[in-house]
Amino acid sequence: MRLKATLATLLAATILSTASMAQAETLRLLTWGSYAPDELVKKFEAENPDIKVEVTFSNNEEMIAKLRATGGAGFDLAQPSHDRIYAAQLEYDIYKALDLSKINTDAMEKSLLDGVKANTTIDGGVYAVPHQWGTSGLMADKSKAPDLKSWSDLCDPKYKGKTSMRLKRTILLGTAFAMGHDPFAAYSDLDKYQSILDEVVDKLIVCKDNIKAYWKGGDDLSAMMLSGEIVGSETWDSTAYKLYAENPNIVFVPPTTGALAWIDTFAIPRKGKADDAAYKWINFVLQPENVTIMSGSTGAIAAVKGGLDLLPADKKAAVNASFTPADIDNLKFFANIPPGVEDMEGKALEKIKASTGG
Amino acid sequence: MTTSPAYDLECINLSKNFGPVRAVDDVSFTIPSGSFFSILGPSGCGKTTLMRMIAGFEDPASGDIRIKGKSVIDKAPNKRNVKMVFQHLALFPMMNVYENIAYGLKCNGASKAEIEARVRDVLDRIALPDVAEREIHQLSGGQKQRIAIARCMVLDPDVLLLDEPLGALDLKLREAMKIELKLLQHQFNTTFVYITHDQSEALVMSDHVAIMNQGKFEQIGTPQELYHAPNTSFVAGFVGDSNRWSGRMTVINGDTATVETDAGLTLLCSPAGSIRPEAGQSVEIFVRPEFIHAHRQDTSPAEDEPAPVNQLDGKVDSLLFNGANSRVLVRSSSGQLIEADVTLTGGTDDLRPGEAVRLVWSPQQTMCFRT
Amino acid sequence: MQKDVKRLSLILLFTPFALWILLLIIIPHMGMVVLSLREKVAPRVYEYGLGNYIDFINEPIYWNTLLRTGSMSLLVTVLALLIGFPIAYYIAKIAGNRTRGALFLLCLVPLWVSDLIRAFGWILLLRETGVISSVLQWSGLVHEPIEFLYNDVTVIIGLVYTVILFMIVPLVSTLDGMDNAMIEAGYNLGGSGPTVLRRIIIPYAMPGIVSGCIVVFMLTAGSYLTPILLGGKNSSWFTEQIYDQFITRFNWESGAAFGFLLLVFTSFVVWLGLKITGQTLANTVARS
Repeated sequence: MRLKATLATLLAATILSTASMAQAETLRLLTWGSYAPDELVKKFEAENPDIKVEVTFSNNEEMIAKLRATGGAGFDLAQPSHDRIYAAQLEYDIYKALDLSKINTDAMEKSLLDGVKANTTIDGGVYAVPHQWGTSGLMADKSKAPDLKSWSDLCDPKYKGKTSMRLKRTILLGTAFAMGHDPFAAYSDLDKYQSILDEVVDKLIVCKDNIKAYWKGGDDLSAMMLSGEIVGSETWDSTAYKLYAENPNIVFVPPTTGALAWIDTFAIPRKGKADDAAYKWINFVLQPENVTIMSGSTGAIAAVKGGLDLLPADKKAAVNASFTPADIDNLKFFANIPPGVEDMEGKALEKIKASTGG
Repeated sequence: MTTSPAYDLECINLSKNFGPVRAVDDVSFTIPSGSFFSILGPSGCGKTTLMRMIAGFEDPASGDIRIKGKSVIDKAPNKRNVKMVFQHLALFPMMNVYENIAYGLKCNGASKAEIEARVRDVLDRIALPDVAEREIHQLSGGQKQRIAIARCMVLDPDVLLLDEPLGALDLKLREAMKIELKLLQHQFNTTFVYITHDQSEALVMSDHVAIMNQGKFEQIGTPQELYHAPNTSFVAGFVGDSNRWSGRMTVINGDTATVETDAGLTLLCSPAGSIRPEAGQSVEIFVRPEFIHAHRQDTSPAEDEPAPVNQLDGKVDSLLFNGANSRVLVRSSSGQLIEADVTLTGGTDDLRPGEAVRLVWSPQQTMCFRT
Repeated sequence: MQKDVKRLSLILLFTPFALWILLLIIIPHMGMVVLSLREKVAPRVYEYGLGNYIDFINEPIYWNTLLRTGSMSLLVTVLALLIGFPIAYYIAKIAGNRTRGALFLLCLVPLWVSDLIRAFGWILLLRETGVISSVLQWSGLVHEPIEFLYNDVTVIIGLVYTVILFMIVPLVSTLDGMDNAMIEAGYNLGGSGPTVLRRIIIPYAMPGIVSGCIVVFMLTAGSYLTPILLGGKNSSWFTEQIYDQFITRFNWESGAAFGFLLLVFTSFVVWLGLKITGQTLANTVARS
């Protein structure tokens, strides 16, 4: 009798404990490196003791590849850039429409919110809201390359062997702008876009000789820049800001045709299992005191009202050293990538890479 | 022929050290042309090092090696006309029999036709004319043995070194190969230097045997000399079987001496060895089993036994039957076990365990050495 | 009864291996082949066809990259063999027992570090402001910084360094199994050093050489990080092409076709190598 009772108690205890374990939710976050600083994760978990945060660091392409592989399962919140959602959703159906009523959209900078909404609305559903924005542009060592101002200056023989770029779509677009085209406008006419790309490819093949090496990540770019092996490069603004802290001569330079602006967003994968936790995280990182911590880690500007002012002091100084209000007005936001463009751009990049003419 | 020197191989004061160990210690010997010479010694005595020096794989610390009268000390191994049959034969597994034998000829730059002719010839001589195209792993142990020898002999070496090549064979084959090796040596009429720790191999095949111990040659002689007239107690103990006692020499009288063993036994013996023992010195006494006669104590021995004789009473402990080589183990009153040859006919006359016997042997067959 | 037990234990022993092969090798590859035969005609619309393979043939960039990857991998294999053989020979035949262990361990040390760290190590050494360039300038041998990075030579050096262990290990194990007497017999029968090497040591070590070469070639052709990180502006590698198709261009179908083509190509090269050296795969695997 007694044995039976003991067993029953044990069994009950086991069931209870597993039940309570099951109650603890896991928020599986798929985001960029530095977009989930430990400090914020701990704070969030302290405020929401029933939620555990698991972070996977990735980039735009891998985020889509990972979600595509599972049809949108395995993660509860993803942070792709605003221009990489529409086509991916159309082709692979990996996200679910957001319930905007659960998000504190009032805190967001209206222009950015509207822009992202416009970019990511399919059949009336909104698939993303903005989180942070930043730009891609140029970086120069003022003491060695004071005149580096345009995308095409990277190909200036003056800096032969002293410049770098990343062989990805950003440089294709930047170069197109520098050549007087508007590639985003040409997205609606792919034949025209192809002709622009052909011109860009020719230019960048000739430019190859001028380039020291194509950088592959923030680390090798930083090393080349800090060591003085290169004096100017295409860059992400956050990388430039980090280098500014180490060498104030290294500044972010918005190209004359405008820095290319991206907005990293929040999107919920189609088979996400912790939507409530995801919304909680979104609202959590929008709180002003958390924005500063986040921006300190990422170097990007939060898409909240007064986001620029919420930057930590050193980042703010770096931004101010780089941007004038006119530069901000001149920002070119990446346009939605229509289906097929990735293939065209990929082929263009391959041609440049494989070419030995330079 | 008159110009050719009398010795195929001469080693003069050869020494070799491995660190503090003196592996070969001042060894000198000469081997007449066309003879079968064995170096016999326990493992670790330095015989393999000696052979490797002759082949050129080790450099001697001092001394000289001459082949056909010419020093080869400065010649690389591949320039010496000394060929070697390795312990595990070292046939090349990736070549067939023909290629194995042809290898050395090719190295010497022989023409294809000549190689063909000589390989066929040597295969005929070792009586394996049909194995040329076989792979090595298809050969039997004895065939491999002969191919390894043929591979060397096809090069007409001045000296053939054999490093215990029979060690890996089973007993029956080993017995057969002993005779075959001797015949092959006769047939090729080349000097064979045979290294072994197995005395029966050395005694059966060799014209001359050198007994090696701790880097030194103890004695060189014909097998009979080594067996019947050993120079040192080591040789007496190592070659053939012996009953041995240690003791002290009390009286010496010409060719006969009296010794007292540690067990208190008094024996008559003949002093032996290059340095004869003297009265008062400690000695070792050796008696071969075949010289000891065992009688039942109740039957009186034949009266024509030459006197004086050594006698010892004991009990048969056990019989070791081995056909013509059968022995009896007798436990003496002092507890020592003594071996004696006996003839076991299988009849009722045979000794049986437990019987009291008397062992008798003559002083001439009792060798005592200074220790 | 006894037979049944034997059969059962055989099945039990064989099952994990069979499952491993089936689940991790055969099924994924079949999936890849099926995927590679799909053509994207419109978003979420696919058709079966050879379009991805036809694209490959029609685009010189692709097959040039494949040929380039193949030929550079062959070069790396040959270099690894030329450098690895003396090392393996030293370890297996010349070094004493204790040094042998230490040397083997030394060869293993680079494997304890990830690919990425090793590549960065090379970058630190070879870059314009790196260790070698600085030392050369300091010693007065050169007066300007030299860039050693970002060219094919660097890629080859980096790859040889990464894969050489996989050449050394099978070589050591075959050479180790070779009786020293075999080499001595080679000399004793009149062979000179080169003859013994050519006619005895190399033929004996052939299974090890071939299996080392297969492993090294496969590893090199399939490597990703080293050629990407050390490579120059022109140095495309086929795996990079596959990665781009899968990840950057979301073109899984074409990526799968490329992956399958790489497998076919490397298998063909290995088959050709075995044919030329007269070895069989079974023989090679069994002996080394």
